[in-house]
Amino acid sequence: MTKGIVKAIIENLVQVEVSGPVSQNEICYIDMGGVRLMAEVIKVLGNIAYTQVFESTRGLKTGNTVEFTEKMLEVKLGPGMLAKSYDGLQNDLNKMQGIFLTRGEYTDPLDEDSVWEFTPIAKAGDKVSAGEWLGSVPESWISHKIMVPFGLVGEYTLKKIVEKGRFKLTDTIAVLTDEEGKDIAVNMIQYWPVKIPIKSYVEKPRPFRIMETGVRTMDTLNPMAEGGTGFIPGPFGAGKTVLQHSISKNADADLIIMAACGERANEVVELFVEFPKLDDPRTGRKLIERTIIICNTSNMPVAAREASVYTAMTIGEYYRNMGLKVLLLADSTSRWAQALREMSNRMEELPGPDAFPMDLPAIISSFYARAGFVHLKGGETGSITFIGTVSPAGGNLKEPVTESTKKAARCFYALSQERADSKRYPAVDPIDSYSKYLEYPEVIEYLNSNINPHWVKDVIKTKDILLRGREAQDQINILGDDGVPLAYHDRYWKSELIDRVILQQDGFDPVDQSTPMKRQEYMLELILNICDTDFVHENFEKVMPFFVKLVNICKQMNYVEIDTEEFKRYETELHKEVEERSAK
Amino acid sequence: MATQAFQKIYTKLNQITKATCSVRASGVGNEELATVAGRLAQVVKIVDDNVTLQIFAGTEGIGTDAEVIFFGRAPTLKVGPALAGRFFNAYGDPIDGGPEVEGTEVEIGGPSVNPVRRKQPSDLITTGIAGIDLNNTLVTGQKIPFFADPDQPYNEVMAMVALRAESDKIILGGMGLSNDDYLFYKHSFENAGVIDRIISFVNTTEDPTVERLLVPNMALSAAEYFASEHNEKVLVLLTDMTLYCDALSIVSNRMDQIPSKDSMPGSLYSDLAKIYEKAVQFPDGGSITIIAVTTLSGGDITHAIPDNTGYITEGQLFLKRDTDISKTIVDPFRSLSRLKQLVIGTKTRADHPQVMNTSIRLYADAANAKTKMENGFDLSDYDERVLDFAKEYSDKILAIDVNIDTEAMLDITWELFQRYFERAEVGIKDEHMKIHWKKA
Repeated sequence: MTKGIVKAIIENLVQVEVSGPVSQNEICYIDMGGVRLMAEVIKVLGNIAYTQVFESTRGLKTGNTVEFTEKMLEVKLGPGMLAKSYDGLQNDLNKMQGIFLTRGEYTDPLDEDSVWEFTPIAKAGDKVSAGEWLGSVPESWISHKIMVPFGLVGEYTLKKIVEKGRFKLTDTIAVLTDEEGKDIAVNMIQYWPVKIPIKSYVEKPRPFRIMETGVRTMDTLNPMAEGGTGFIPGPFGAGKTVLQHSISKNADADLIIMAACGERANEVVELFVEFPKLDDPRTGRKLIERTIIICNTSNMPVAAREASVYTAMTIGEYYRNMGLKVLLLADSTSRWAQALREMSNRMEELPGPDAFPMDLPAIISSFYARAGFVHLKGGETGSITFIGTVSPAGGNLKEPVTESTKKAARCFYALSQERADSKRYPAVDPIDSYSKYLEYPEVIEYLNSNINPHWVKDVIKTKDILLRGREAQDQINILGDDGVPLAYHDRYWKSELIDRVILQQDGFDPVDQSTPMKRQEYMLELILNICDTDFVHENFEKVMPFFVKLVNICKQMNYVEIDTEEFKRYETELHKEVEERSAK
Repeated sequence: MATQAFQKIYTKLNQITKATCSVRASGVGNEELATVAGRLAQVVKIVDDNVTLQIFAGTEGIGTDAEVIFFGRAPTLKVGPALAGRFFNAYGDPIDGGPEVEGTEVEIGGPSVNPVRRKQPSDLITTGIAGIDLNNTLVTGQKIPFFADPDQPYNEVMAMVALRAESDKIILGGMGLSNDDYLFYKHSFENAGVIDRIISFVNTTEDPTVERLLVPNMALSAAEYFASEHNEKVLVLLTDMTLYCDALSIVSNRMDQIPSKDSMPGSLYSDLAKIYEKAVQFPDGGSITIIAVTTLSGGDITHAIPDNTGYITEGQLFLKRDTDISKTIVDPFRSLSRLKQLVIGTKTRADHPQVMNTSIRLYADAANAKTKMENGFDLSDYDERVLDFAKEYSDKILAIDVNIDTEAMLDITWELFQRYFERAEVGIKDEHMKIHWKKA
């Protein structure tokens, strides 16, 4: 192992004089009198390795010794990760002692002594390669596959596999023989470097089906595809985190990985408190049991922030390879970009726009590219759907992180300050936002055959009504209420009806917070029928009270379960009101 | 900060800038404290045996032969019950003529709380100001700044909030506080008879700028002591964080760092987060709540300081002059308390969330009507009614001179709803209408 000596300290950038070979991104430990600080090599110049330390460097001295590990930053993968809370370096936070985080304390991400019920899938004599399933263990409600280690290149013969039974993580469950006849023992644990994508699948086709989120403004208007990518930019206070939490609670996914990257600790505490209490209708268990939280909050060391999103993605890829539908949420990718900026600055690199490193767009796009829907070697499918938030400086979308992300992500959910100010939540702007998936022929076909044959047409029509409504509103504002034809008021209020009933959703109401697709279809048809109705208004003053009344009834409908007497009563009331005002 | 015997003294400075100096020395730790010609300094960079120090009081008059003595430790504060009732400077030295405080020495700017050990904040903080309690309810363990223009009475409002809120200790961190404002705080605390639960760390405009970088961590170390060791509810007031950030940018500039937006250092977000994230609800009942002031320039919240602050804090409070009623109000549109969801409707009356949202929606309608009026358009009957509602709502609820309990705030708002509106215009869930809507 290569050793080194600390030569210079500039905040968390530490220069180490090395005596032997080192590689880029290699992990080393700096010994400061008993406390070992983890660091990563980010540049090598002659015999000086530039390292970023994942902890505070307070008290570090030149002359302290350094030990290199010959390994890159890697995660430890195996059964037992569900419901865990990790920091950005995959330390199990619950295993740490005391209330305050202690520098140099690293904990085991898995429970090595835990025992699992192993059932073989492959049999002796099978030809196998990286990522193929050897067997499975039940982990919470999912069938956790034990796979051929991703790092093994080429084809292997399965020499031996244990019978069904209970085993520790470290017990050998299979022996593989390579082409030269060498034996490799496999247990339930494997390691993988986070910066390198796991590619043990056959192919990655275009996404073709929808990932339901229960959030109407997404599902109805700009749907997310399973295996797709999207991002949510928005100024502070626009509701990025609330929206992501809503998605995480209701999304139709097997597993949710939440990467809280450089954000508020209390927001993560909310997950810790709520998720163990909330029921997951899909599994009949608690929400936390299908969740893994990676949290590197804003006050935790900056360098580990960057690591946290990669740690989350790698864990996601591991579970994807088991044939699961993974939803990965990262809040916020801007903090990660800022961590890159801080380091680039300390390295005295020439800065790009807004002092961000020049390769920022490349880093972002190759990260988003790791998501996707895949065909696995055994014929099954798995997916990672990735939604990141972006916190644009000053709420200005023309800044490097937003612009780079826009090039990489296929869905864009723009949160608007104006909507947030008038408490129109979720504050997703219906006109600026888009989902590229609505243009995919395979997605259109999927929607039309799974919801109803005219669904996509209806969605486009809804968007048109919203756009025309905004134009009408602009005209009214310029010319005055009585300066425009009566039809403008009607047009504007029809768009308001859609906005207030379909788009706005109360994330804190037990019923309204999540809407199944079936109900979304029902409500959209109901509202579009009203929009198609010709109304006779006496004068413009009569328009608003009428629509406000309709909105009010529809909102009461949103608050109650759909198959109830109450719902039907409101619906009858609604039809009566519409009938009275409509042109016969 | 007495020096110990037999310390090695270095006397050959090889570089002096406006805020830093460098000296060749060995065995020095990062962030270690030292004195340079008797002035306090901190190690900010070490390259081989060349140590760069940031001198808090500035380098005016420092010679290349100045004596540099290293302490072997990062900045510390002596914490103990005796801190209560005392006034200190940025270094934690008494400025009230009293004796040195006896206690345990702790390093300031210490480690973060493990997120899984935090408790979810859930205790309401009432202030009697309806613009806060009703629309932007505060919770213990929260961090929230006032975004205010320099001409607004933010120090007065903050002092009022601090004195009315139920807390065991109030810790004031003053950065670049004018002497007048410092005396204002001192007198308000004295007059309220609460001086024994106040602790102040103050850097005034008369003190060197860079010194104020120590203030938040001093205040928060004291807060951590009382909240974590004595399970007390501690309220920390930080004013003015914009001046703190200015000091950061001065230092980063002297260190030849590439500035990012608005000449601020690229690490501004992390620097501020380290301070604000000290707000916490501990599992054993203690809590640290931070109320800060970030002064704005011409109300511009897109500037890097308020912008980064907004992404870190749990909401923000805006003050606004309402010319219709000639009073300062808490701006209902731009103000936001993110943690209010944790208490409203559960720790307060069940109708609280809906009443709050509805009144703000109606207030927004009034703003639209006002624009219409100013543009010379005719007002509808509804416009007239929302305008009247907004004026009365401003006066009875939003004005900062209001001091009533939350029940009364809700009752007054219901009263206004019924005076100006019809059932459908209010649009509140039927279950609340049944109880509170008395009108036919």
